Amino acid sequence: MDQEAAFEKFKQCAVEVLQVEPEKVTPDARFGDDLDADSLDLVELVMALEESFDITVDEAELEGIETVEQAFDLVSAKL
Amino acid sequence: MDIQTTRGCVITGWGTSLPETVITNDDLSKTLDTNDQWIRERTGIRERRIATGPFAQPPTDPRTSPSPPGGIGTTATLAEGAAREAMKSAGLEPQDIDLMILCTTTPDQSVPATSSALSAALNLRCGAFDLNAACSGFVYGLVAASGFIGSGLNRILLVGAETLSRIVDWDDRGTAVVFGDAAGAVVVETVPGKGSLLGWDLGVDGTLQSILYGDLGGYLVMEGQEVFRRAVRAVIDSARTAMERAKVDPDDIALFVPHQANSRIIDAVCARLGIPVERSAMTLDRTGNTSAASIPFALADAVDRGRVSDGDLILMSGFGAGMTWASAVWRWGR
Repeated sequence: MDQEAAFEKFKQCAVEVLQVEPEKVTPDARFGDDLDADSLDLVELVMALEESFDITVDEAELEGIETVEQAFDLVSAKL
Repeated sequence: MDIQTTRGCVITGWGTSLPETVITNDDLSKTLDTNDQWIRERTGIRERRIATGPFAQPPTDPRTSPSPPGGIGTTATLAEGAAREAMKSAGLEPQDIDLMILCTTTPDQSVPATSSALSAALNLRCGAFDLNAACSGFVYGLVAASGFIGSGLNRILLVGAETLSRIVDWDDRGTAVVFGDAAGAVVVETVPGKGSLLGWDLGVDGTLQSILYGDLGGYLVMEGQEVFRRAVRAVIDSARTAMERAKVDPDDIALFVPHQANSRIIDAVCARLGIPVERSAMTLDRTGNTSAASIPFALADAVDRGRVSDGDLILMSGFGAGMTWASAVWRWGR
């Protein structure tokens, strides 16, 4: 899967789980400040990403993830 | 698995009990770095009832709560209240009960089982034991009760009761805002034929002990986010298994009674199972997470509010420390 397609898929998960408009899901968007996502929203997002991309994400890997770009890098590294 | 029985079981009575002391989120914000909005958004809890600890009236030191003076402590007391209501609602006297099962993870003593004190308080004339499967306890107990009935008993008193306030670190905002005390009870009686229990699933994954535990004499320790995602997954798998075994679909479920741990978990589970969240029982806003008491409490509450009619299918799903999980599809009615 190429990066663009992967990001689109990522965006889809974010839109569904976080209930935000697709336009808001930009690489530098911050989960807390820009997407109004709290820690449990992130857990749910990760679950959705795991299912969507068929990957596994350890709890520990989420530490320090604050932006969409950081989350997407984490996911694409596993593809 | 195919449930083969000529001795089915039905629920003929139900009851609940809560301690008097109400602790609101604002009360907790006085000593903890938290606030009402934060708690409500992350858990759905507005208030909880507690029987012990610094917020009790009068305050008690939960670490040294006395051994039951004269035989009955807070868990047994709460259990007694719910049990009496359940027996009354079933129209039964103590001597009519063939077995009592107390589902709890917060016994009043290490030895003997708290069901002993409860049995004495209720003046029962039958066997009794404690069952500890943490927050899955009640559904484990329901399945166990159905087995006992299958092998010849007629009337079983099944109680879920907890004094979680006794093992909560009231300085730890992660757990102090979540847990509460309560009890719920049902009477389960035999009927000819298949009865109410249509399908069930019990499970445990002991490799996940560390995400939610409490050592003897210690406090509850919980990795909230890890518990959240494990719980959502475990409940969904377990609920689906029970429904498959019962040969029903999520659409057929009239009432979903999940363990009342966190409204965000319930929302996530409902969304993924395809059960509208409006069909879920929800009492945790006023009780907090009461472990093994939560499902019987929520069930009794829903029934009393007229949310179930005879013939309706109920899906109960518990999940908790262990990590344990348990689900049952139950057709309501006698």
